[in-house]
Amino acid sequence: MISKAVTKEVISIIGKENYFDSPEDKLSYSYDATPIIKQTPHGIVKPINVEQISKLVKLANEAKFSIVARGSGSGLSGGSIPVEDSIVLLTPHWNKILEFDKENLTLLVEPGVITSNIHSFVEREGLFYPPDPGSMAISTIGGNVAENSGGLRGLKYGVTKNYILGLEVVLPNGNIIFTGNKNMKDVAGYNLKDQFIGSEGTLGIFTKILLKLIPKPDHVKTLVVYFDNKINAAKSVSQIISSKILPCTIEFMDKTTLQCIESYSKLGLLTNKESMLLIELDGHKIVVEEDINKVKVICEQNNSSNIIIAENELKAIKLKLARRVAFSSLARIKPTTILEDVSVPRSELPVILEKIEEISKQQNVMIGNFGHAGDGNLHPTILTDEKNESELKRAQIAFDSILNETIRIGGSITGEHGTGLVKKQFLKKMVGEPAIETMQKIKSVLDPNGVLNPGKIFSLKPKCEGPLPHRQEQISNFLLQGAWL
Amino acid sequence: MLANQLNISDELISKCIHCGLCLPTCPTYNLTYNEQSSPRGRIQMMKNVFENTSTISEQFVDEMNFCLDCQACQTACPAGVKYGSLVEEARNLISLNKKEKTFYKISKSIFLNKIIASTYKLKLFSKLLYYFQKLFSNKYFYSTIFKIFENLNLSKLNLLPKINFRPFDETIDEYLPSYGKARFDVIFPYGCIMNVAFSEINSDTVEVLRKAGCNVLIPKNQTCCGSLHFHNGEKEGARELAIQNIKQFNNFKFDYIIQNSAGCGAMMKHYNELFSGDSEYFEIVNLFSKKVKDFSEFLYEINYEPPTINNNQTVTYHDACHLIHSQLITNEPRYIISKTNKNTYIELNEASWCCGSAGIYNVTHTEDSLKILDRKMDNIEKTYADIVIASNPGCLLQIQYGIKKRNLNIKAMHLATYLNQIQ
Repeated sequence: MISKAVTKEVISIIGKENYFDSPEDKLSYSYDATPIIKQTPHGIVKPINVEQISKLVKLANEAKFSIVARGSGSGLSGGSIPVEDSIVLLTPHWNKILEFDKENLTLLVEPGVITSNIHSFVEREGLFYPPDPGSMAISTIGGNVAENSGGLRGLKYGVTKNYILGLEVVLPNGNIIFTGNKNMKDVAGYNLKDQFIGSEGTLGIFTKILLKLIPKPDHVKTLVVYFDNKINAAKSVSQIISSKILPCTIEFMDKTTLQCIESYSKLGLLTNKESMLLIELDGHKIVVEEDINKVKVICEQNNSSNIIIAENELKAIKLKLARRVAFSSLARIKPTTILEDVSVPRSELPVILEKIEEISKQQNVMIGNFGHAGDGNLHPTILTDEKNESELKRAQIAFDSILNETIRIGGSITGEHGTGLVKKQFLKKMVGEPAIETMQKIKSVLDPNGVLNPGKIFSLKPKCEGPLPHRQEQISNFLLQGAWL
Repeated sequence: MLANQLNISDELISKCIHCGLCLPTCPTYNLTYNEQSSPRGRIQMMKNVFENTSTISEQFVDEMNFCLDCQACQTACPAGVKYGSLVEEARNLISLNKKEKTFYKISKSIFLNKIIASTYKLKLFSKLLYYFQKLFSNKYFYSTIFKIFENLNLSKLNLLPKINFRPFDETIDEYLPSYGKARFDVIFPYGCIMNVAFSEINSDTVEVLRKAGCNVLIPKNQTCCGSLHFHNGEKEGARELAIQNIKQFNNFKFDYIIQNSAGCGAMMKHYNELFSGDSEYFEIVNLFSKKVKDFSEFLYEINYEPPTINNNQTVTYHDACHLIHSQLITNEPRYIISKTNKNTYIELNEASWCCGSAGIYNVTHTEDSLKILDRKMDNIEKTYADIVIASNPGCLLQIQYGIKKRNLNIKAMHLATYLNQIQ
């Protein structure tokens, strides 16, 4: 419980007009894009400057409440879902581009800037910010840094962390630091900046972000390849990579996903095919054209059934847009979509695809499969209904089996969505006890009172399970719903 | 109590997986950056109210009415959530439970139930408004009044349509034959507001249709389509008007009903939503709705060859929400416009972003509506176009107001007017 007196203090820091706590307000911030899990906060704040955040964090340490930072709430691992006795701290209104440095190719932005707005801003200047997570039309850059988001272009260009030069961070004790700078080389002291990237709101709150930009490739070509079976598609991907061709994107979609995307986007996709690869190459025109031909040959050797080159840029954009909303469009079939985010070494792609199909049959649950095949990051999505308890249980088993299988073949339980709440029970199995302990130590040193997003990624012991659900009725409720804990 | 007042299925609301992809398309979310003012937030609130876990609070009512019902989120939703139906149901529920704010309720009941619903009263009211506007266009009078009511926001008056001296239906015959060989018999619904305030657009529409090979029937005693009622939670009122129109139109033999107002077209195409579970009317309504076509949709489908013009005039196009989001009409008007004058069509940035007119929204939420209009006007200005075309009277009024306020040299007109002025 956050007492009335403490609430008053929060309001005196933030201002009455920037504090919200009606039942409707709390309801509106009780979820993010993660299925099933919900928790209402004590209140919501919309700070207007970094000093307010600093004061609020200091108060949280004294008065023992938690703060959960939130961008647009499009995360898929529960990272921005409130914990008990928490204040949600909003950043979407911090949406200004502060400085564009043409000489050093950097961009200083506020954390609430929408990712795709960064793209359109820098691309007008002939520059490129490659990370393009599926939800880039709404995800904030602050959220991207907190989750170290990936995207479709990860294969060639890497992920968010490869483009972060500096961060202004409010630390868990309320101090404000700027870590990193415009230097391309900088090894002064520990690499603090990278510690905060992907910390999921548990180590600090970002208030300014310095991005690295690169020149925009001058030629882009997109092609769509259909296969009559999944394994041939996966084999093509492995061969493209081993032939030393580096497309910026290779996306995989199975039949179920294809059908859902088509019913939303009406792009004329061939929905009777077992699987599809969406391949994009960029760079110098001559090289791109040469590589496209090589890719075509590889796909043909693997018995592709149709190869279609996008006739123009608009069509290519539409194709990618359709792929980006694959997850949401799968909800057309069933109301609850439980999304996996496994990542495997690319040579293991055929193995994991076969395994997922097997698990789907075993547990008799529907799985729509798609993902960034080129970088080995797949999003098998279990389609179910949270009201159907027995099916939800089987879904849970399928979910677990896929993760266990991934760990067995040397993969990762999460490629780009984060550990948050939904993957935390698998973390130890993947990284091992000593690694978890090290992470916990870092957390307890930086945030001894557990004020920033506690209970995410891992729980701190022996202090307590964090203010996550601890009352019996809540736990049983959780278990009923499928229990990720 | 609420459950049995509901007309929507559980499935409709559980479709939302709260992924948030609707947020960037929502004009009200982009004004406030509050989740409560986003489609995703509103759906969560509705879910609780529909399931009886929350009551209809003041904030709930405010958020439901803050929504423009532009349905941009519906187009954006990959999961296929029918947000429009949900918000209309919520408003209906608010109205049934008498939870509306007094000002909103009174203005709604006078405007919708007393005036719009009756052709006679609407005409009488328009006549009064006509003289009132005449008086106001007199500069001396305006400045005197302005001094007296200095604190009163008179700019609202400019958002009202300029009333015609004689309503459209009193100036035109019930049957107007095609100019060339007749290919279709079409009914033209002249609308309520369109009839008293936009008679030129109606005449232009009829002219273009006649040139395109249509015998145009304009039944007397038709009435408002009911869309303003429906969108403002007066489902019963909307049903009555729908029945009146269907009965009246079915006295004639016709191929299509051609709508030149996006909002009315969307309503007539979705009359079945008013009659779900009604065995007496459901089939009749479905048959009726299938014959409804938007003006641009119809011209496109019959391979209409628009007149061509050769000058340097540039034209841009604003998507009316009820065309693009409710009727999914986007290419048809663009195709026709670009055929009239090659190389002079300019695509408007954020063309499908609401202009803020949204039925009576600019009257009930003037301040927000004008903020939304500002965004639209910024984009229109950047096109440097000479003409902006919109196919909905509400949008036209709103954009014309924006043009006047910014003193721009752009003409806002309906597609029918644009086509007819070339001919």
